[in-house]
Amino acid sequence: MNLVLIKYNAGNIQSVSFALERLGISFNITDDAEQIRKADKVIFPGVGEASTTMTFLKEKKLDQLIKSLTQPVLGVCLGMQLMCRFSEENNTPCLGIFDEDVKRFIPESTMKVPHMGWNKLLLREDSWLNPELSDQYVYFVHSFYVPVNRYTSALTDYINPFSAALKKDNFYGVQFHPEKSASTGELVLKSFLDL
Amino acid sequence: MLTKRIIPCLDIKDGRTVKGINFLNIRDAGDPVELGSLYAQHGADELVFLDISATNEKRKTFASLVKDIARHINIPFTVGGGISSVQDVAPLLEAGADKVSINSAAVRNPKLIDDLSRAFGSQCIVLAIDARTVNDNWLVHTNGGRQATDIRLFPWAKEGQERGAGEILFTSMDHDGTKAGFATEALNALHNLLNIPVIASGGAGNKEHFVEAFTKGKADAALAASIFHFREVDIPDLKLFLKNNGVNVRL
Repeated sequence: MNLVLIKYNAGNIQSVSFALERLGISFNITDDAEQIRKADKVIFPGVGEASTTMTFLKEKKLDQLIKSLTQPVLGVCLGMQLMCRFSEENNTPCLGIFDEDVKRFIPESTMKVPHMGWNKLLLREDSWLNPELSDQYVYFVHSFYVPVNRYTSALTDYINPFSAALKKDNFYGVQFHPEKSASTGELVLKSFLDL
Repeated sequence: MLTKRIIPCLDIKDGRTVKGINFLNIRDAGDPVELGSLYAQHGADELVFLDISATNEKRKTFASLVKDIARHINIPFTVGGGISSVQDVAPLLEAGADKVSINSAAVRNPKLIDDLSRAFGSQCIVLAIDARTVNDNWLVHTNGGRQATDIRLFPWAKEGQERGAGEILFTSMDHDGTKAGFATEALNALHNLLNIPVIASGGAGNKEHFVEAFTKGKADAALAASIFHFREVDIPDLKLFLKNNGVNVRL
């Protein structure tokens, strides 16, 4: 399998690469349009702020490219959020693959923001995630979330239930960090790689 | 439901873990990667690696160690020790660290917190605060607790949050090393004051102390070093004990 990790200013490229290495998977890290188009599968990582990241993607013309991909594409954390229509993080128009908006968590007395730590996955029926992942803990760090919607493949409850994983056509997303979620995270990456 | 986190802390000097470490079944207890991996397998939720090397020259070793840690360890980790600028942080995050902790440099230059959170995001900036009570006031100390200041803990923690820290790591010097329990009252006050997570540190001696940190202290995470290193408390046992005492943890 020809796997590509999209190279841009995402904060977790190194961690995602190491996670793939630990799985013994070979891959290329590139921002070259041709190589990305030719890949069998694409991972779109992401840690950072929405508006600066979108600006960066546009400068590199990666925004149009990502939208036009037809092979399985996995967005991780900010990568998944940027695949939505709009983010409340600095009111940023995003790629619009999922026609859903990214909202800001409103802190409650005992519920702090960012949502940081290990929380449970609830898989929806027919989820693309391995059924063994049901009720398993994965690692989250985020202040913005995608509400539960028709593309939701797994949900997690924090302040309110939100989308932990999404799927629409060939586009997949996870809000948490599989690259930091111990053996559970490895199973998430395998769920995508085995599609 | 979000779980409470258990965080072993490893002190690193010149690329090696320090403090006598009493582990069986480990090839090289001085190897931070091997020890960290073992904790990850035992169910630690995060790790902290604190570089206590004395010189900047030795600190360069640390950046390459961070990359080695990221390559082998599949849970989040924070690195700290001597960080005083945006330039210090970039290579550590690029090497694969998830968060950095800052302490004395932030006290000397509070704007550092703003600069770092703007450059890298609040989620990866941990403000570590060492404090002890002096005449009934919690006073912040710097330089590994050696230097007293007249800064008070609670206003400083609040200021840290407002400047963009994503987490507070509070070490009670009154409790550190006593093994008599965490500073639950101060932790509870921090919990009520802040809307970012608080990590309890200093005083862990047994499993009950962790229950107290999470219930009375309302801490989001608890950090300890020697009791894990000397296996006085085993992480799988601890997490089971927490669960049986109504604390939500990842098992």
